[in-house]
Amino acid sequence: MRIAVVYPELLGTYGDGGNALVLQQRWKYRRHRATIIEVHLSDVIPAADIYLLGGGEDGPQRLAASTLRKRKFAKTINAGAHVLAVCAGLQILGESFAVEGDTQFEGLGLVDAVTTRGADRRVGNMALDISGKVLVGFENHGGVTALGSGVEPLGTILKGFGNDGVVDGFQTEQIWATYAHGPLLALNPWFADHILSTISGQDLDPLESIADDLYQRRLGALGL
Amino acid sequence: MPTSPRAELGRRALLAVNLISRLLGRGSGTVIGGRVGLRIDPELLRHLRPSRVVLVSGTNGKTTTTAMIVEGMSLHVASNNTGANMPEGIAAALAGSRSDHAVLEVDEAWLPSVTESLEPDVIVLLNLSRDQLDRANEVRQIAENWRRALGAVSKTKIVANANDPLVVYALDEARGVSWCDVPTQWRRDATACPRCNGTIVYAKESWSCTCGFVKPSNITTTLNGDLRILGRNLPLRLSLPGEFNRVNAAMALTAITVLGDVSPKLASMRLRGLYSVAGRFGEKELWGRKATLLLAKNPASFSVLLEALVDDKRELWIGVNAEIADGRDPSWLYDVPFELLGERVVYCFGTRRLDLATRLAYAGVRPQVIDDVKNVPTGSGEVVAVGNYTVFQEWLQESERR
Repeated sequence: MRIAVVYPELLGTYGDGGNALVLQQRWKYRRHRATIIEVHLSDVIPAADIYLLGGGEDGPQRLAASTLRKRKFAKTINAGAHVLAVCAGLQILGESFAVEGDTQFEGLGLVDAVTTRGADRRVGNMALDISGKVLVGFENHGGVTALGSGVEPLGTILKGFGNDGVVDGFQTEQIWATYAHGPLLALNPWFADHILSTISGQDLDPLESIADDLYQRRLGALGL
Repeated sequence: MPTSPRAELGRRALLAVNLISRLLGRGSGTVIGGRVGLRIDPELLRHLRPSRVVLVSGTNGKTTTTAMIVEGMSLHVASNNTGANMPEGIAAALAGSRSDHAVLEVDEAWLPSVTESLEPDVIVLLNLSRDQLDRANEVRQIAENWRRALGAVSKTKIVANANDPLVVYALDEARGVSWCDVPTQWRRDATACPRCNGTIVYAKESWSCTCGFVKPSNITTTLNGDLRILGRNLPLRLSLPGEFNRVNAAMALTAITVLGDVSPKLASMRLRGLYSVAGRFGEKELWGRKATLLLAKNPASFSVLLEALVDDKRELWIGVNAEIADGRDPSWLYDVPFELLGERVVYCFGTRRLDLATRLAYAGVRPQVIDDVKNVPTGSGEVVAVGNYTVFQEWLQESERR
């Protein structure tokens, strides 16, 4: 399995590299091989099974978006690869996003989602319901994301704000996108395994680890 | 001495409130009085300015570097040695002292306004990196704010880290900078050029971007094994551990050189007498174990500390909380290269011990979770106990009990 971390120098503000590590280790624990590839700004987009887009500051987010457009990243995804996009990464995949002021910047247009600047920055713990399972995380962003009709959110908000206080992120057959930033796969081992299972097409044996205790502890801390 | 009746009133109120606060046993009594004093006279800092002022700022190393300058000068100086580094704490430190000199650490976000009030003789700028992102959301914004404030100062001399591109960017328009070429490992916040967002290329002894943003060439201080300031070798034998403390010392001694009040050579020799800074580095007793307490609160400070601990065979405890003072989001644990610890056993403490243990497990390290301090590991060996901010404070208090 090839796990590509896209532009860690631009989109890696909140321990985002952790998601790649978690996917790699959980795949290895099942006796498979997994390689992490860091994709830098000057690189052409290499082949991979999954691309990870993390969170970033405003200027770097714009540069990441324009470079990914130049490198035809959308074409790579449309050819069949998967994406996990977090925070700024989520915004980049949409039609357009605003970072500084109210100017809208062009996104990759992979999903019909438009992000505008909200009145407040949303900082705090969050949780969402994804088909009956709870994903816990932390959000820190100033965006409000509106999904086009027919776009499926990743889940409904139980705590926090997400896209708009009602739902969070979006999903397609190949894309998972969320405002739960940073190493969300470390906090949610079930979601990491769901991703591994989806991209490999295999059912995975359960894997007990300390991460399960962490997940339970976070659920408890959020009163869920 | 205050020059206006209002400032004098502010100063007296500050001292009175802090005295009462201390008598009531409500902490060390620095911030609350400062708040009252600044309420009475918002210009209080300006009026309390002694004749010589040094400010120290940056993400990591402020407290130690400030302590080193104080130790090296060996003069009676006003200093906020409790780490209260916002205007309230600074006002309290100045009001409580009659010294001609002040050496003050300043929170990164407050540096512009404190600089404007105090018009310091020297500012030391150590480094800038990600820290408590839930509050100060962007490190580049801090660099931008510094740049605006420091481009305007005229009489202030600046001592700055030439290997931190964000610091160099903040001083793009400043004059009178003494650049320190000191080892700086953390680069993850400056891989993209702050001027053009291009990629900064790091070579062995320099760094540059194609847009022309490069490491400054007019270097005052080098620390390449030996310490050289303005072409002269200075002896540097520290009792404090780690390369990061040699970096702090190099910058402290450059500030002392620039200030010109005491001999840098004497100052350098005095630093050897510094064994502990605000409870850090010194040997303590913690739950019956002989322990060295260390503070590491963000990826950059954890990185330099882990580097220093790689060959350390002592039992290792790490504690992580996520209180407001720590930053409520411990995502940064995945920016810390815990892989450096190999397969060693690490005892995990703090309210976020499971976050830490999960991170360590994914790094291949062997975590042992301590749910209750009644169950701390027993043994006769020495312990190195690394805590983030509030864990460190708890451990320090615990070690000072009885």
